Amino acid sequence: MENLIALLVAAPLLGAAVLLCGGRALDRAGHWLGTLLAAASFVVAVVLFADMLGKGAEERTLSQHLFSWLPVEGFQADVAFQLDQLSMTFVLLISGVGTLIHVYSIGYMEHDERRRRFFGYLNLFLAAMLLLVLADNYLLLYVGWEGVGLASYLLIGFWQHKPSAATAAKKAFLVNRVGDMGLSIAIMLMFTTFGTFAFGPVLEATGETSEGKLTAIGLMLLLAACGKSAQVPLQSWLGDAMEGPTPVSALIHAATMVTAGVYLIVRSGAIFNGAPEAQLVVTIVGAVTLLFGAIVGCAKDDIKKALAGSTMSQIGYMILAAGLGPIGYVFAIMHLVTHGFFKAGLFLGAGSVMHGMNDEVDMRKYGGLRKYMPVTFVTFGLGYLAIIGFPGLSGFFSKDKIIEAAFAKGGTEGWILGSVALLGAAITAYYMTRVMLLTFFGEKRWQPDAEGHAPHPHESPKTMTIPMIVLAFGSVFAGGFFGIGDRFLHWLEPVTGHKHGHSPLSAATVTGATVGVLLIGVALAYLQYGRGPVPVTAPRGSLLTRAARRDLLQDDFNHVVLVRGGEHLTRSLVYVDHTLVDGVVNGTAATMGGLSGRLRKLQNGYARSYAVSMFGGAAVLIAATLLMRAV
Amino acid sequence: MTQLAAYTTSTGEAFQFWILGTVAVIGALCTILMKKAVHSALCLAGTMIILAVFYLANGAYFLGVVQIVVYTGAIMMLFLFVVMLVGVTAADSLKETIKGQRWLALLCGLGFAVLLFAGIGNASVKEFNGLGKANAGGNVEGLAELIFTKYVFAFEITGALLITATVGAMVLTHRERTERAKTQRERSEERVREGKHLPPLPAPGVYARHNAVDIAGLLPDGTPSELTVNKTLRERGQIRDVSSEALDDLRALEQRSTDRLERPDLRATDSGRTEEASK
Amino acid sequence: MNPVNYLYLAALLFAIGATGVLIRRNAIVVFMCIELMLNACNLAFVAFSRMHGNLDGQIIAFFTMVVAAAEVVVGLAIIVSLFRSRHSASVDDASLMKL
Repeated sequence: MENLIALLVAAPLLGAAVLLCGGRALDRAGHWLGTLLAAASFVVAVVLFADMLGKGAEERTLSQHLFSWLPVEGFQADVAFQLDQLSMTFVLLISGVGTLIHVYSIGYMEHDERRRRFFGYLNLFLAAMLLLVLADNYLLLYVGWEGVGLASYLLIGFWQHKPSAATAAKKAFLVNRVGDMGLSIAIMLMFTTFGTFAFGPVLEATGETSEGKLTAIGLMLLLAACGKSAQVPLQSWLGDAMEGPTPVSALIHAATMVTAGVYLIVRSGAIFNGAPEAQLVVTIVGAVTLLFGAIVGCAKDDIKKALAGSTMSQIGYMILAAGLGPIGYVFAIMHLVTHGFFKAGLFLGAGSVMHGMNDEVDMRKYGGLRKYMPVTFVTFGLGYLAIIGFPGLSGFFSKDKIIEAAFAKGGTEGWILGSVALLGAAITAYYMTRVMLLTFFGEKRWQPDAEGHAPHPHESPKTMTIPMIVLAFGSVFAGGFFGIGDRFLHWLEPVTGHKHGHSPLSAATVTGATVGVLLIGVALAYLQYGRGPVPVTAPRGSLLTRAARRDLLQDDFNHVVLVRGGEHLTRSLVYVDHTLVDGVVNGTAATMGGLSGRLRKLQNGYARSYAVSMFGGAAVLIAATLLMRAV
Repeated sequence: MTQLAAYTTSTGEAFQFWILGTVAVIGALCTILMKKAVHSALCLAGTMIILAVFYLANGAYFLGVVQIVVYTGAIMMLFLFVVMLVGVTAADSLKETIKGQRWLALLCGLGFAVLLFAGIGNASVKEFNGLGKANAGGNVEGLAELIFTKYVFAFEITGALLITATVGAMVLTHRERTERAKTQRERSEERVREGKHLPPLPAPGVYARHNAVDIAGLLPDGTPSELTVNKTLRERGQIRDVSSEALDDLRALEQRSTDRLERPDLRATDSGRTEEASK
Repeated sequence: MNPVNYLYLAALLFAIGATGVLIRRNAIVVFMCIELMLNACNLAFVAFSRMHGNLDGQIIAFFTMVVAAAEVVVGLAIIVSLFRSRHSASVDDASLMKL
């Protein structure tokens, strides 16, 4: 059975190779080939999953050793896969959602002449992402990690004729590099500390390692996670990444790639368990991002950017949960899966709306679309209910558990984290309701596009709606399926471990509070956007709103601190170079020149002068000889 | 005290040493201080002869003779030949042209002297054997025995060295003729083509009051013509100039004749005539 | 009188010769000064020969004379050819290496 694992990666990789190298001959059928191979990967995943379910909890881990990659003495890097429950969860999510989005893209990218290339990139992404979650060592994981970064770069900049897309791709790439540097440093630290970077030996050896080293590795891993998962302070690229085609936003920047950071932290759980300070930093990052993303989401009028803020915020929840340690790992992954469903659904819905509205993205120019796009409306609405945590739907189960776990951390920290999570839930309800109301309710505020075509909203083709419907099913039922009877907990527990926290509040209280803040958020949004007409151009807004529209000044911050700082650093380095380095160099040259100028006078070309030197030298030699004899 | 007696020499030798030694030092000083190379050479020859006397006094009879024959007789004469060749009357300026050279040279010389004196003073010269035993069979025979036994290879090599030096001197001074010498006819044709000095060059002293080779002949107007002097002397700058003297004499003579004949206009017509003649 | 005085005389003559080499510009005089230095050495050798009571010192002096003769021949040839090409026997004029 384990021989099938390589097939998971090989199928989309083959697709990418064929589609990217194949040339125009594949233009007509390329998208079908790409979708077929993604689906093949999913089928293999399902087969493996079925096989895994048939075994006992302890025998479920499969591994496949393909070949020795770098067989150096003392440095063994293997291409080997490991499929356990955690990987399986990710594989199913990635290949499942990936296949759906391939199908959706067939419709969405129908009129794009570079569709074949797009599918090639999507397949490349799938292969890299599956490699990332299947790798059995950190080095191979790093290969996948860079692979998804590359695919993300290529797909964000897919419409590179738009300068904004090209810039956004570059920005994403650069910010990701910072995180990647963290991961590479973490891997180097692991190698020096443990002598290996395979998951098994590294995670087993954490018990005997000093806390300082674990903290260092943990913080570097967190930096990597921050870059890939758009967490504060490396969050700035995600909003701009929405310049890419919407399926890309749905697959990469909502459901799968951005959750790689969560995977990394949960996978390295043993390291973080041994480093409480690193864990604390993880929870702080999660909590800050949670609020940050939510606040940004409230102010954005661009539907995709609002959803991007939401993504950031939801991943903040996951990181927060992962930072809680064994109390939260399972819930982090559970929220990750449910979020994969509903956020992908929401993005696909947003794409569908844009498809019908001449690629308009400003929500203030939508309004009243529910009659024109019923399928989109229903699926988007179900995703909306799921994300705000409406009781009974997916988000309710997963988010509620995270809030509960945050309180269960105990002490002041627990209270603060729990309250932040609750506040986040309220804001989530507010901004998602705002998106919902602005898009599907109220009066029509449609504007003709730049070429003067008035929009004619219509329902999207079947290839687009069917994936949305499937994802809506997931949004509705996944949470209940996982949460009721702790199915997901039992599934993942052998890998991640689990510990029940003792919450100062009872489960019922937390649930009640969650539902309460949810209603407050919805009510506030309704009061603001549901009752009166919404202005087409955004009002000036308060200071916070304006800041949030500018992504809470993240780019200004980066500009002032990094760009200006870098410029100043460069200038001072240039100054140092000119004065100190050049000074030393020129000074040496000048000293040598001056000395030579003086020594040159000894070489005056007169034989008699040289004779004087010879006699003087001989005299000195004789004097030295006499002195030595006298001594 | 007995040992000390062995150190000393006879009073006669001491007397000779102090007198001749002083002369030798004076000769050496003159060698380096005389302006003319000839004087230097002569002083050096004197010093060498005194050294020959010292060799004899020290029992080196053969060397003493060789010193006089080879050094003073041959080498110093060679020096004098070269001095003659280069210019016997040319006096060197003793003014120093390189900054600090003289002081450095004096410092070096003094330093050397002091060091050598110190070295000799420190050296343990306790044994003083005299050459009585070594010279018993005759000084020349003793030397010959050493040269042809112990030092025979060195002797042969010095022979080779002398031959090499001779050949080297010939090679150095020999000038290869790179083109055919011009015939008399070619040279006369060349002279005609150049249009200068068709006749042979004037002899020195033709119009002059002297007939020495180094005094330029005077032209009709009393100015000296350098063409009349040998080219070698001209190049060395060894022309004696008596023209101004001659002109003054001429002027005085004319003045006297004018006074006597009471012809006031003679000088003007005379000078006019000389101008014509010079044309 | 102590025969060591011959050595002092030789040292004095040597130093005078050395000074002459350094201060004179005329190549012929310089050469003469070198001869003076060689002669001073010879005097020292002869005096040593007498002190030690063997003839080896005289042999060395003899060889010195031979070498000096060879040297004079070549040196004077050089001076003559130098004079021929530069019309000067000054050692300072032969300073092509001068800056």
